[in-house]
Amino acid sequence: MKHNVYLYILGMWAVSYLIRVLPLTLIRRQITNKTIRSFLFYVPYVTLAVMTFPAILSATQTPVSAWLALAGGLALAWFGGSLFQVSVACCAIVFVAELVLRV
Amino acid sequence: MLTDRRKWFLKGLKDGIPIMLGYFAVSIALGISARNAGMTAPQATIASALIMASAGQYIGFTLIAAGASYLEVVVMEAIANARYLLMSCALSQKVDSGLPLRHRLLMGLWITDEIFGVSVSVEGRLNPYYNYGMAAVATPGWALGTLMGVVLGNALPVRVVSALSVGLFGMFMSIFVPPMRKNRIIAALVALSFMASYAMNALSWFDGISSGMKIILLTVVISLGAALLFPVKGEGDADEA
Repeated sequence: MKHNVYLYILGMWAVSYLIRVLPLTLIRRQITNKTIRSFLFYVPYVTLAVMTFPAILSATQTPVSAWLALAGGLALAWFGGSLFQVSVACCAIVFVAELVLRV
Repeated sequence: MLTDRRKWFLKGLKDGIPIMLGYFAVSIALGISARNAGMTAPQATIASALIMASAGQYIGFTLIAAGASYLEVVVMEAIANARYLLMSCALSQKVDSGLPLRHRLLMGLWITDEIFGVSVSVEGRLNPYYNYGMAAVATPGWALGTLMGVVLGNALPVRVVSALSVGLFGMFMSIFVPPMRKNRIIAALVALSFMASYAMNALSWFDGISSGMKIILLTVVISLGAALLFPVKGEGDADEA
């Protein structure tokens, strides 16, 4: 490596921070435009759903355990499971499933 | 006011625990990639503590290993992390419009997929101390996991890492599923998002697009379509669907 690694890190940090902080600091008032407001209302749900599937399927050692965790997590969240409960349940499902499947 | 801050900070610490566990697991893999890129433990740990971005860091480390120029690394980092721009826009509407600049500057440090997802889903206005609480536990998880990855390499039991790494997806589900019960449009959008995301990853046409870019494209197209077809009623907060 000819370059200084800390300079790389500084550059990566600076550009990431600018992206994160600019809208939050520049948009200081409530947006009144109905379409933009509706768009921003839907963004979190869509982006979280898109990040979950199909990425979860390749996060574990076998897609089978991931499918089980997905089904279990969706069901538990539907019936009122908390953030912590759903998260831990998904981990437990994968652990047990992979133990049983001997992967 | 002070008790309100305290209350939200403590709630953030509590809700940050699953984020910390998930981060710890995911960042071990990141640490291993940093080690493979020839980075030292302090370098990788500092990078994680500052940058807090999985795909972004992974791409960065890969480019560093390849001896890419500073400009290339910065440009790729911007592309990989562009989704935070959208998240920051959404958060700008979630906080009190009179929130002082210093809080906005601080909150921006910790806009990650998970901290964003949890904080944007609170009822009513978002108190920045909630984000600080989550960041206070999540950041060490991310940094220490990276450190473990560099130091231990592949010595950790694979089964443990595998189980922990779905924790973050469980968190996401606990955020987007409950509103599906109350709002049929959100339910349909989540189903559509799953299918579209699956298709985009399965079809070879989109192979040239990075995963970060896919997330942005899907989010913008689906959310914009929904906003045009089903504009949110309510004159107060944007969180009243």
